[in-house]
Order: sequence, then structure tokens, then C-alpha cells
Amino acid sequence: MKYLIIILSTILVNNVIFSQFLGICPFLGTSKKTSTALGMGAAVIFVLTMATLVTWLTNQYILIPLKLTFLQTIAFILIIAALVQMVEIILKKISPSLYTALGVFLPLITTNCAVLGVSLTVVTKEFNYGGVAHMLSLGESIVYAVGIALGFAMALVIFAGIREHIDLMEPPKGMKGTPIALITAGILALAFMGFTGIV
Amino acid sequence: MSNNLQTFTKGLIKENPILVLLLGCCPTLATTTSAINGMSMGLATTFVLVLSNIFISLLKGFIPDKVRIPCFIVVIASFVTVVQLVMQAYVPDIYETLGLFIPLIVVNCIVLGRAEAFASKNPVFPSLLDGLGMGLGFTLALTLLGCIREFLGSGSIFGLTILPETANILVFILPPGAFICLGFVIAIVNKLKKENH
Repeated sequence: MKYLIIILSTILVNNVIFSQFLGICPFLGTSKKTSTALGMGAAVIFVLTMATLVTWLTNQYILIPLKLTFLQTIAFILIIAALVQMVEIILKKISPSLYTALGVFLPLITTNCAVLGVSLTVVTKEFNYGGVAHMLSLGESIVYAVGIALGFAMALVIFAGIREHIDLMEPPKGMKGTPIALITAGILALAFMGFTGIV
Repeated sequence: MSNNLQTFTKGLIKENPILVLLLGCCPTLATTTSAINGMSMGLATTFVLVLSNIFISLLKGFIPDKVRIPCFIVVIASFVTVVQLVMQAYVPDIYETLGLFIPLIVVNCIVLGRAEAFASKNPVFPSLLDGLGMGLGFTLALTLLGCIREFLGSGSIFGLTILPETANILVFILPPGAFICLGFVIAIVNKLKKENH
């Protein structure tokens, strides 16, 4: 039940794009076609989950015992950069087809602020799932990361679908391209506000 | 001298990182709920941008080309940690409001972008000017957006009440307002750019 609440609240209520504003650059950059959006979404689900697992363990078993928590930002970004590189090498070796599908998106993910943002959030913020405020355990952190990544993928695919239709329309001259995309995202965000309070 | 001046001013208007180049959208949307928040975020980023540009320009002879990106990230992350600790100590209120977006300066595309495109190829002084110009351009855009959203959403600018409470349009300080405001501001900039050509 607790995990269900975390998943629902991260996908719908606190959607990473429409209410937390993390990962807007890839959101605007890779949403021109539905197929690209699916690829990016899958890559983010994969990397975000892995990154949260590794950074949570690093924080718990290395940074906290050594009283080095002020180094979180530096340590986490290095771990994420190394992890992305490693995932790329491993994928190339064991699953070339998946590599060609995700390949171009993987390097982009290092600078996706959702990854660093989620890794930092789960180790610094207290959450209130199930009555008492507490720091997230490893299991809860992973579920949180998966939820955020699913929310990202969903928002990206919905948005790409809408953008494919906008391309066929004729918006006013100055509105073409990014402005109309941003306003569309704003209207989508309005729709997502409707989920406020369900959890 | 005129060359240096140009390095400085190009970031302000002509190559404004947000309004023209569209880099660093996340903090732009998230922290512009009021003019003061937008400005603080802009200044924190400017500080990191200037110092990382200076250091990367100084270190450019020592960093091997193949591992330059991780090296840049370490330099940037160090300065971000400095900003984080300083803000936590002296302006805890603003630190609390900006929250996660202070550590996230590390992954702001503008900072890494300038390191890669400018500081790693140019001497120290022009790099400093480039960082300062880009940083102030970023601050300018954030403050502008902050002013618009604060005015429409809570009827005030920099905390100074102008409109009565009944005239507030709450949605502009909520997430959807951020997207819509930025969309319209960029549309206006595009229109002005076309007229100048």
C-alpha cells in the first residue's frame, strides 16, 4: 500500500516535469517525435533507477559514516557520470540492439537534472508516507525513483503525441517552435493540477 | 578593448542564454515564482559561472582532452558546493525556497556549455567577462520572468504590493503559469528579432 501511494504520487500528483520542473531540457529537446520520446523515456527509467540505487548506498555506507555529507553534490554527479558511461559500455557488449535504440540518449542523461535531483531528494528530504515523517529506506527510494522515471516517460510521450499534431497546424509566426510547445506544456500542467489531493 | 566589451555584452541580449539560446530551462521555470527568488537564483548561477570559467581557463593546459568533461564537472561541482554552504549560512530563507535548485546548478547546461565552448579555448580575462555577461543575462531573464509572474500571480513586484488581492491570478505562481509565461516572453523576443532583421 505504501509503495502504491509513492508510485501514484510521483507519477501523477508530483509529476517530475509538470510540478517539479526537473529534466525540462530533454523534455523539450526529445519530444518532436513519439519514437524518440519512447527511447528517451526508456533510457531515463533505466538510468534513474540505477543511479538512485548506487547513490543511496554510497550516501548510507560511505558519506554518512565518514561525515562527508557536504560532498553529496560532487560525489553524486561523478557517480552518475561514471554510471552512464559504464551502462553504455555494458549495453554495447551484451545487447547491441538495445544499445542502438538507447545509444544517442545515454550521454544526454548525465546532464538531465532529474537524475541528480532525485538522487539528492531521496537522501536529504523527509517524506510522509504512512503517517510519520521519515527518511526514505532503500526500497522506498527505488520505488520513488521508478515512479519519477515513469512519470517522466509518460509526460514525454503524451507531449510528443501532441507536438506531432501541432506540427500540422499553422500557429502565429512568432509562436512557432518553442513558444507554442511551452504553452502546450503549460496547458498540460494545468490538467495535471487536477490530480492534486488524490493521495 | 572593443573585443572584450563585445564578449561581455553578447550574453546580455544578443545571445541571452534563456531567451535566445534556451539553455537552463529548469531553474528558469522553477524559481521564478517571485522577482527576488529569480534574482537570487540568477546571481548564484553567475557566481558559479564566473569562477568556473576563470579556473577552467587557467587549467586548460593541464586537462587532457579526453577526460575534459568530467574535469569540468568536478570544478563546477566544487564551486556549487561553496555557494551552497555560503547561502545556507548567510541567507537560509532564500536557500530554503530555492532548495534543490542550488545543487542542481551543477547540471545547468549554461555553465558546462560556456566551459566547453569558451573558457577551455580562451585566456583568463575574456573568460571572466564571458562568464559575467552570460550570468548577468541569465539573471536579467530570471528577474524579468519573476517580475511578470509575481505581478500577475500575487499583485506585487519585489514584495511591493501594487494590485489588490482580488486582482491576483493565482495560476501564474503555480507550475502551469511558468510554462505559459516563458512561452509568451520567448514569442515576443522572436517577434522583435524578426523585426530587427
